[in-house]
Amino acid sequence: MYSKDGQDYYIVDEHIHLWDARESNQKNVHGKQFIDCFYDYHRNLSPEEEVWDYDTYTYYGAERLMKDIFEDGYADHAIFQATLLGDFYVNNFGQTEDAFALAQKHPDLLTYNHAYDPRNEEAGLEQLRRDADRMQLKGVKLYTAEWHGDSRGYKLDDPWSRRYLEECIKLGITNIHVHKGPTIRPLDRDAFDVADVDKVATDYLDLKFIVEHVGLPRLEDFCWIATQESNVIGGLAVAIPFIHTRPRYFAQIIGELLYWLGEDKIVFASDYALWTPKWLIERFVDFQIPEDMTEYAPITVEQKKKILGLNAAALYDLDVPEHLRLPTSADDPEAEVAPGAQEAVSS
Amino acid sequence: MTRAALSVDGAVEAAVLEALGTVVDPELDEPITDLGFVRSIAIDDVGVRVHLRLPTSFCSPNFAYLMASDAVDALRGVPGIGEVRVLLDDHHDSDKINAGLEAEAGYRGTFGVEAEDSLDELRLTFRRKAHTAAMERCVEERLRNTGMAVTDVYRLRLRNLPEGERTSALLRRRAALGLGTGPDEQVFVDDQGRPVPPDDIPLRLRFATSVRISIEGNSHFCRGLLATRYADGPDGADLATRITNTRRTS
Repeated sequence: MYSKDGQDYYIVDEHIHLWDARESNQKNVHGKQFIDCFYDYHRNLSPEEEVWDYDTYTYYGAERLMKDIFEDGYADHAIFQATLLGDFYVNNFGQTEDAFALAQKHPDLLTYNHAYDPRNEEAGLEQLRRDADRMQLKGVKLYTAEWHGDSRGYKLDDPWSRRYLEECIKLGITNIHVHKGPTIRPLDRDAFDVADVDKVATDYLDLKFIVEHVGLPRLEDFCWIATQESNVIGGLAVAIPFIHTRPRYFAQIIGELLYWLGEDKIVFASDYALWTPKWLIERFVDFQIPEDMTEYAPITVEQKKKILGLNAAALYDLDVPEHLRLPTSADDPEAEVAPGAQEAVSS
Repeated sequence: MTRAALSVDGAVEAAVLEALGTVVDPELDEPITDLGFVRSIAIDDVGVRVHLRLPTSFCSPNFAYLMASDAVDALRGVPGIGEVRVLLDDHHDSDKINAGLEAEAGYRGTFGVEAEDSLDELRLTFRRKAHTAAMERCVEERLRNTGMAVTDVYRLRLRNLPEGERTSALLRRRAALGLGTGPDEQVFVDDQGRPVPPDDIPLRLRFATSVRISIEGNSHFCRGLLATRYADGPDGADLATRITNTRRTS
């Protein structure tokens, strides 16, 4: 919980990692390029005093994670998002078993989301069933542009992907986190393209599609889709650090999201260890739309509370202390949509 | 024009820079020369060799290829330039892209089975976005400075726009899409150049604002990443293009 100016905020960090990108775990040059790219994101967008040294950044371990997320980082709950990248790393990038063990040790604090790849077809489907059983999965994280043999990506509405989504419904996995943001190698048609989210969101109303990085660099396309689909939610990972380096740009991002999606469909995430959460939370609570940007309404305390934790808590059925609750429709596909959404849908 | 004529007083450098200035990052809608993507230009008696660089190793290879091959085409248009070589540095697909450019293999020839189609569709998508953003800038300027109501935007013709960079930018984007640029053309049109019905304009304009914000935001991000990536390197933090010219003026 974070408290400021007499207000208490229940915090859910819906996107964290426990990774190992040390040289010893790099399978090829792409493993090095990948972590270097992350490190540049980290250095470019973090305040100077929050920048880690490179070696720590490649591997920080569970103890450091617990301290950064919960002791220093105010989180009441955090969600691991699996990032396997098996083509780049010997023993994957995200440390699945370590993260899962940590979540088992602290079930009140941590949720572990696993990953699947529909290009594994039938065998992968069987694996998903076993994983769901063993890990009690409530969510998965999908990298649609991940390499796989000759393939450099897939679409959520591909036939095999649909079968996996249908299996998720059967298994009670309701939160589908989709990585559409920067990095990873897309080719041909724009792999950042979010049009496939639109199709599956329409067809599978039992599922929630949390689009990580709010679709950046295609914010506008994401907003256009999310405004018409009540089960599409925007994750702020990668978008929120702009609050430091480019506060006016961040004001535009959050202003657009509030307009097109509304306050119930936006969820906070640090993407740890891309960035540490402490400063992100503190600055977001202090943040306000600059006065001269009259095209956007000021952000209210209630909106911040929902974004920082209450919306994600609804998606994951977390037990929020009574006094910290606010009504949110994050988990309700029948909910009223945002102002932009109302116009878009009626037109 | 002869090679000798070009080489006098740095004219060849200017011509090369001008040619590269016509190459835009389709996603950011800005020239690669403004974005710092041109790392070096080396001109000698044989021709020109240009090294390009991008903000990350993982920038989309299709965009990377597109900019590199556009740079080749633009440089070949410089009279008397000689042999043209363009190399992309520090990218995960550098080897592949550079080999493809060298062999003039085209996009599909370069990426083989990974490339399904040509890049035309991708290019078109981003030309449309660029047009939408340019149109929004012009319309918002009118709304702000003339007190025009949004319900009257449908009346706006190209001839009603003030002269200046904003309007010329819109005309360039329209031309790139094959849309009319005559004075009587309606300003607020869809991707195919059809006038947007007056009732739809407020929402479409609001969406056009999102497009513009997205493009501008991506540009900030890419510039920042490029600066971070190359600030510690031998290129220094200013990200200037290194130009060398050993061409003799004979």
